[in-house]
Amino acid sequence: MSIKNKLLIGATLATSIAGVGTAIANDFDKPTISAKTMADALHLVMDSDRAIYTKKVVNRLVKKEKVIKASEHFEDDKALVLPAQMFRFGSELVTKRAKKLPDVDFSYSLQSLWPINKQNAPKTDIEKKGLQFIADNKGKNFYGTETLGGKKYFTAIYPDVGVAPVCVSCHNDHKDTPKTNFKIGDVMGGVVIRIPMDS
Amino acid sequence: MLTIIWLILSVGLISWFAYSILESDDKTIFMPGQLTDGHHQIGVACSSCHSDSFSDKEAIQEACTSCHGDERQKPFDSHPRGKFTDPRNADTLENINAQLCVTCHTEHQPEMTGMNGLTQPSDFCIHCHEDIGEERPSHKEMEFNTCNSSGCHNFHNNRSIYTDFLVKHRNEPDVLEKRILPEREFGNILGELADYPHDRFPVKQLVASDADAPQSSQLIGNDFKDWLETAHARSGVNCSACHTSDKGDGNKAVWVNKPAADTCNQCHNLEAERFKRGKHGMRLAVDLPPMTPGEARLPMKKDSFNHELGCTSCHASHRFDAQEAAVNSCLECHDDKHSVAYKDSPHFELWRKELKGIAPSGSGVSCASCHMPRINFDVNDWVSRIMVDHNQSATLSPNEKMIRPACLNCHGLGFSLDALADPALIENNFNGKPSVKVDSMRLADEEQKRADSRDR
Repeated sequence: MSIKNKLLIGATLATSIAGVGTAIANDFDKPTISAKTMADALHLVMDSDRAIYTKKVVNRLVKKEKVIKASEHFEDDKALVLPAQMFRFGSELVTKRAKKLPDVDFSYSLQSLWPINKQNAPKTDIEKKGLQFIADNKGKNFYGTETLGGKKYFTAIYPDVGVAPVCVSCHNDHKDTPKTNFKIGDVMGGVVIRIPMDS
Repeated sequence: MLTIIWLILSVGLISWFAYSILESDDKTIFMPGQLTDGHHQIGVACSSCHSDSFSDKEAIQEACTSCHGDERQKPFDSHPRGKFTDPRNADTLENINAQLCVTCHTEHQPEMTGMNGLTQPSDFCIHCHEDIGEERPSHKEMEFNTCNSSGCHNFHNNRSIYTDFLVKHRNEPDVLEKRILPEREFGNILGELADYPHDRFPVKQLVASDADAPQSSQLIGNDFKDWLETAHARSGVNCSACHTSDKGDGNKAVWVNKPAADTCNQCHNLEAERFKRGKHGMRLAVDLPPMTPGEARLPMKKDSFNHELGCTSCHASHRFDAQEAAVNSCLECHDDKHSVAYKDSPHFELWRKELKGIAPSGSGVSCASCHMPRINFDVNDWVSRIMVDHNQSATLSPNEKMIRPACLNCHGLGFSLDALADPALIENNFNGKPSVKVDSMRLADEEQKRADSRDR
């Protein structure tokens, strides 16, 4: 698949979901947005969905109404799925469903310099550089390209901010956390979006 | 003269190979090496794994997941394929391609196949977890070839041994105060099962005079008596339900004295599907004749060698006695030390008491209690029911898979882990106490204390 096609998919996604239709020309068959805009649009959707789930479901039911717990072992504990798990499950489902769509190819993950699960620590050079950048430059995103497994990718990294008390308290209190002094508004990690650039 | 003999032998050999390729169902002559214990039953059905091309790994992967796919998902699998699809794992996948089953489970390689069909060196965890000592100080001195062999971790199913689960169950006694199996659900949720043939078998109590077998059916008196005492008669399942060829498709029903093997599937489809996933029924799943004990690799009783395994080989028809199926049917064939020792075990004593009516229903421990446990199975996305898992292989390889659905109904987690890690205790059918101590409970306890002291 060419980068043009990928961008077209991104453009369609962006208009239908995220409302960035202004970036699209009247002729929907022509790719008119950049990989960066596609990644920005995707991130907007992901971040908004996640914020709503965290605030209106988890924070409300756990902190405010105190009727249920949220737990990483949600099945065993009969609890809510953690926002980070919800995000990852979505990412896995996207990968699975995208396999059936030859023109759609992107991946995303949630990572941190202070991960509870060490497998979510940055691995590639760009991830390490990008996560450090967004931690040091509050409010800024990081963009770059990298080659993984012989394939070239556009990689965008967005700050993941602790927006609700539950984000901060769960991470600070978890027995495997390497950092225990997060505050609301802190950058706790980053969303990494990759779009292949090879044809 | 020698040339003529050589020529005859060559032509004979070529013809034999040609026949094997083109005509014969049995192509094992071409098998490059013996299959594992998990697949030898279907060895003659090459195409069940090699569906497309022998070199297409994705096609083989699809064949793997067509049988094992349900278990290769969270929470049953800690390392499902989806975990490795992100391009950031490209480097690691070059060392070990965890997206393909055959990376660790290569068939036809008996000389390099270890426990649970593993064909990787036992220290394979190092590829992704080489820094574990930094993350978990308690793991610093541990060798990577002990991850899987110590009773602490499995690559796939860790549901009974993950840290928080261990912590939650760390103070349990060896034997729990309440010891009872969950009750099966079927009759009481029939109304919720959309695919149950309600129109043909409306639920109602049938009596002897309701039996609709024709005079010519040659059924004997005991059959009627047996049927009347079953849940079938109590639930409106008449003789014709099994003994006619009527599938509800409008064609005229014809009485058959010996119902077809798939007759039970009309109502017990889930049980039948699970049966076909296990070693008893997997040959049926690939359209081979039923498995017989004579073809098994475990020791079996000689006079059972030709029994064909299907629903009625364990559940004798008309009576369909679940208690008979739970012990006697197993021991009719199985002749290994664990099976032979069962009747001298404390588990059997509990079973005997239940059968005698001096202990409550569900308190006895039969073969099926552990090997075909009662689990809350998802019938579909919206309905679940507690049913006997007829895939008796699902709780083995590794045997920690038995802990949650079986052991924990009566025993504490620590005791269960130790017992299942003790080969001598397994062999004598748990007649005694474990002589093995799995370290994971202690480590989890230490981990929790470390976290608690940090919180303080």
